[in-house]
Amino acid sequence: MSKKIIINGKEVSTDVDGNMPLLWYLRDEVDYTGTKFGCGMGLCGACTVHIDGKAVRSCITPVNQALGKKVTTIEGLSENGDHPLQKAWVEHKVPQCGYCQAGQIMNAASLLAENPNPSADQIEQGMQGNICRCGTYNRIKKAIASAAEKMQEA
Amino acid sequence: MNFSRFVPQKQNLSRREFLKVSSLAAGAGFAIGSVPLVAGEATPAVQQGLGHFIKVTSDSLVTVVIKHLDKGQGVTTGLTAIVAEEMDADWSQMRWEFAPADATKYNNLFFGPVQGTGGSTAIANSWMQLRQAGAAAKHMMVKAAAKRWQVAPAEVTVAEGKIKHKSGKTLSFGDVASDVAKMTAPEKPNLKDPKDFKLIGSNIPRIDSPEKTKGKANYTLDVNQPGMLKAVIIHPPLFGATIKSLDKSEALKMKGVKAVVQTPRGVGIVADSYWTATQARQVVKIDWDESAAEKRGSKELWKSYKTMAREEGQVVRNDGDVTKAFKEAAKTINLEFEFPYLAHSAMEPMNCAVQIKEGQCDIWTGSQIPTVDQGVAASVVGLTPDKVNIHTQFAGGSFGRRAVPNADFVLDAVLIAKLSGLDAPINLQWSREDDMQAGYYRPMTYQEMKASFDDKGELSGWHQRVVSQSILRGTPFAGMIQGPLDMTLVEGGHNLPYAMDNIKVDGHEASVGVPVLWWRSVGHTHNAYSTEVFLDEVARTMGKDPVQFRLERLKEHPRHAGVLKLAAEKAGWGKKLPKNKAQGVAVHESFSSFVAEVAEVTVNDDGTYSVDKIVCAVDCGIAITPDVIKAQMEGGIGYGLGSCMSEAVTLTDGKVDQANFYNYFPMRMSKMPEIEVHIVQSGESPTGVGEPGTPPAGPAVANALRKFLKKPLTKLPFGDRLDLA
Repeated sequence: MSKKIIINGKEVSTDVDGNMPLLWYLRDEVDYTGTKFGCGMGLCGACTVHIDGKAVRSCITPVNQALGKKVTTIEGLSENGDHPLQKAWVEHKVPQCGYCQAGQIMNAASLLAENPNPSADQIEQGMQGNICRCGTYNRIKKAIASAAEKMQEA
Repeated sequence: MNFSRFVPQKQNLSRREFLKVSSLAAGAGFAIGSVPLVAGEATPAVQQGLGHFIKVTSDSLVTVVIKHLDKGQGVTTGLTAIVAEEMDADWSQMRWEFAPADATKYNNLFFGPVQGTGGSTAIANSWMQLRQAGAAAKHMMVKAAAKRWQVAPAEVTVAEGKIKHKSGKTLSFGDVASDVAKMTAPEKPNLKDPKDFKLIGSNIPRIDSPEKTKGKANYTLDVNQPGMLKAVIIHPPLFGATIKSLDKSEALKMKGVKAVVQTPRGVGIVADSYWTATQARQVVKIDWDESAAEKRGSKELWKSYKTMAREEGQVVRNDGDVTKAFKEAAKTINLEFEFPYLAHSAMEPMNCAVQIKEGQCDIWTGSQIPTVDQGVAASVVGLTPDKVNIHTQFAGGSFGRRAVPNADFVLDAVLIAKLSGLDAPINLQWSREDDMQAGYYRPMTYQEMKASFDDKGELSGWHQRVVSQSILRGTPFAGMIQGPLDMTLVEGGHNLPYAMDNIKVDGHEASVGVPVLWWRSVGHTHNAYSTEVFLDEVARTMGKDPVQFRLERLKEHPRHAGVLKLAAEKAGWGKKLPKNKAQGVAVHESFSSFVAEVAEVTVNDDGTYSVDKIVCAVDCGIAITPDVIKAQMEGGIGYGLGSCMSEAVTLTDGKVDQANFYNYFPMRMSKMPEIEVHIVQSGESPTGVGEPGTPPAGPAVANALRKFLKKPLTKLPFGDRLDLA
C-alpha cells in the first residue's frame, strides 16, 4: 500500500504508526490545526474532515485508512476561505466560540455534495452528529440552506 | 461565573477615569489607556504610566486591547464597537487583540484588583472605560489635526475614520498618530450623545467570524511553540483519592515519552505527541488510596439532602410572617425539586500550555480569571506574578468552566512542567473523559417550595428552601461570602420580584467532596426553574392566567413586566392552539438583565414531545451589538433547555457515571427550537447577555408541558418521554 496521502491537494509521505488517528496526524505531524479534538470517539463531529469528498470523523479514523486517498481539511475546503458555506457562515454570523465550526462546515459540505438541495429535515438529520455547545444550530441551518441556494444558482 | 453578586453592583462612582497617552515603540503611533484612579490618589499603575486599551498605528489601524476572554459571547466585537463608535472610526480599520494578564491595568472594575470575565460583566464593565478612552483619542486627534492645519479645533470633525476640515482637507488617523503620542489626554473627554450612535445598535459584522470559519482561529489546543511537547494527565478515579504507588517503568520505555511525573493532582505524562502520551497513559500503573475519598453516590446524596431539608436552614429573606400564614392557611401546596450535577462540557476539553524557562513562566490558555492563574503559577514555580506571562487564546466554550478558583487545569500543566524539570514548552490536553469526570459541575440541588392560601383563596405565604453545595466556601474566593450562606445557592430565589406579603427563603450548604463551580447563570439555573414552575402552580391553584398573575405582582418591577408583556404579545399568548400543543412562560432577572420567554411545545400520545418555538424578550439596557445579543439569547436558551431535557451527571459509590457524549447528552440540532428574540429599546446602561437567556428556558418549557401532565416536572432532566399517566 502506498505510504502517501494527498492532503489539501498536496502529496505527503508518511511513516507514522498507521494506528494513529488521522486527527492527531493532521494536527501534530502536518500542522493542519483547523480540525479540532472534541471527544475522541466520533460522537461530536468537531474533527470532521473529508476522505475522497466524504465526511469522516478523523478522531476514530486511523491514518492507515487515509493512505493513498485525498484528505481535505477546513484549510483546504476552498482557496481563500470563500466556499459558499464559509461565506454563508460569516453572513449569518454563525460562530460563537467557533471551536466546532470547522467540523460543522466540513460535515455540511459533504452533505451538500450528496444532496445539493436538502430539506430542513434532511439538514437536521445530516447534521445531527455535530454538537455545538454554544447552540448555534439555528444559524447553521439557515447558513446551509442559503449556501445551497447560492450553489444551485451558480 | 458570578463575582458581581458579591461586589458592588455599580462601578464605584468616586473613581474617575484617568487617561494616559504613551508612544508606541519607534513613534509608530499612540496608545491610550484608562486607569481607574480612586478619589484623586495616584495608584501605582498611574504612577507607572501604564494602561493601554487602544493602539493607533501609522497605517491608521485601530487596535482595541480586549481585557476579557472571548469564549463565544462576542466580546471582541462588542468592545471594539464601543471604541469605534466614540472615535468615529470606520469598522474596516478596527482590529483587536487579547490583553496580557496584568490586573494593574486590566482589572474588572466589578471584581476589584482581579482581571476576569464572568457574571456577564464584560460590556457593563468596559462601557464607560472604553467610551472615555475612545472619546479621548478622538479629542486628541482633532486637536492634532487643528494644530497641523492652523485652524480652530471646532472646525475639525471626524467621520468614518477620516479627520476633516470644513475647507475639505482631510487627514487619516495614522497621519496624526505620532503627534497625538506627544499629547496629554483630556481628563474628561466629551462623550457622544447616544442618539448620535451610528455603529452601536447597528448590524455590524462579527469581527471573529472570518478566522473561525477558515480554521484559522487559535485555541489553546492549537498552541504550537518550537519544540513543544504534549502532555496528558490521569486524575484520581474518586474525588479525594490519592496515589499510594505509581509504576511508570513501562510508560518510560515507550519511544517518544519524555517524562512521567506524580503531581499532587494526579500523574502527568509528557511525550512528543498527544497520541504517544495517550498510549503511554494506558500502561501507567497506579494504586490509589481511596480512604479519604468521597464515596457517596447520587442516591445517598439525595437522601442526605432531603434529611437536611427537614430543618430550617440559614434564613436569607423573611418578609412578613410566613409561619403565621401557613398556620392560618385554608390550603397549602408544595413541590420538591431535584436538580442533578451538570457538566459544562465545553467543546474544547480543558487544556493549558506552559513553559518554565530562565526565570519566566509562559502560559498559553483561555482563562476567565488570569489573575488567579498567574498567582497560582507563580507560587508553584517560585516566581513573582509579574514573571508569569499569560498569552490568552480563544476558548472553545467555557460557560464558567474556565474560571476556577484553584486554576485546576492551569495548575495541572504548571505542576507537570515544574516537576518534569523540562524547559521545553508543554501543551497539556485533557480528554473528554477527563473533562467529564475530573470535576467541576453545577451543584446538585434539592429544593422544597411551599405556598399557603387564605380562606379567600388568595396567596398568603411563600417559602423556598434550598439544599446545595457552596461554590465559594473553602476556595480562595470564600471572602465573597458576606453572610451565613453562600448566596449562589439562593440567587434568583431570595430576590424574587413578585409582590407577596409573607415570603421566606432559607438554605443549607451541604458538605460533599464533589467539586462544584459556576455554570452558565450559576444559582439562577435552578432557582429560576423552581420559582417560575412553582409560581405557575400557584397561579393554577388560584385559577389565574400565568401572564396576568405575574403582571399583577410585578408593578414595582417595570423591567420584568416590560419583557414579560413583550414576549407574551409577540408569542400571541393565549392564542388558540391544537389540542396537542401548549404555551408556557417564564421571566427572570439575572446579572442585571431581564429576560422573558414563551415556549410552545407539542406533546404526542406516547409521551414524546418537542419544543417547537421560544419567543424571547430581553432588556439589557442599550443594545450595543443587537445581533450578538440575539445570538447569546439563542445559545443561552439552547444551553438551558438542553440541560433541563437531557443532561445529568450522576455518581455511583462516588464515581462519576458519565464519561463522554454517549452517556452525557448535550442538545443536538434536531431538539433545538425555533427562537425569536426581541430586544427592548432602552436608554439604561448596558448589562450582560451571556448568561441571562439561560434561566427562563427550562421553566417556560416545563410550564408548557405541565398542561399535559398530572403534576409539574420537578425532577430534572425531563428525558425523552413524559409520563402522561
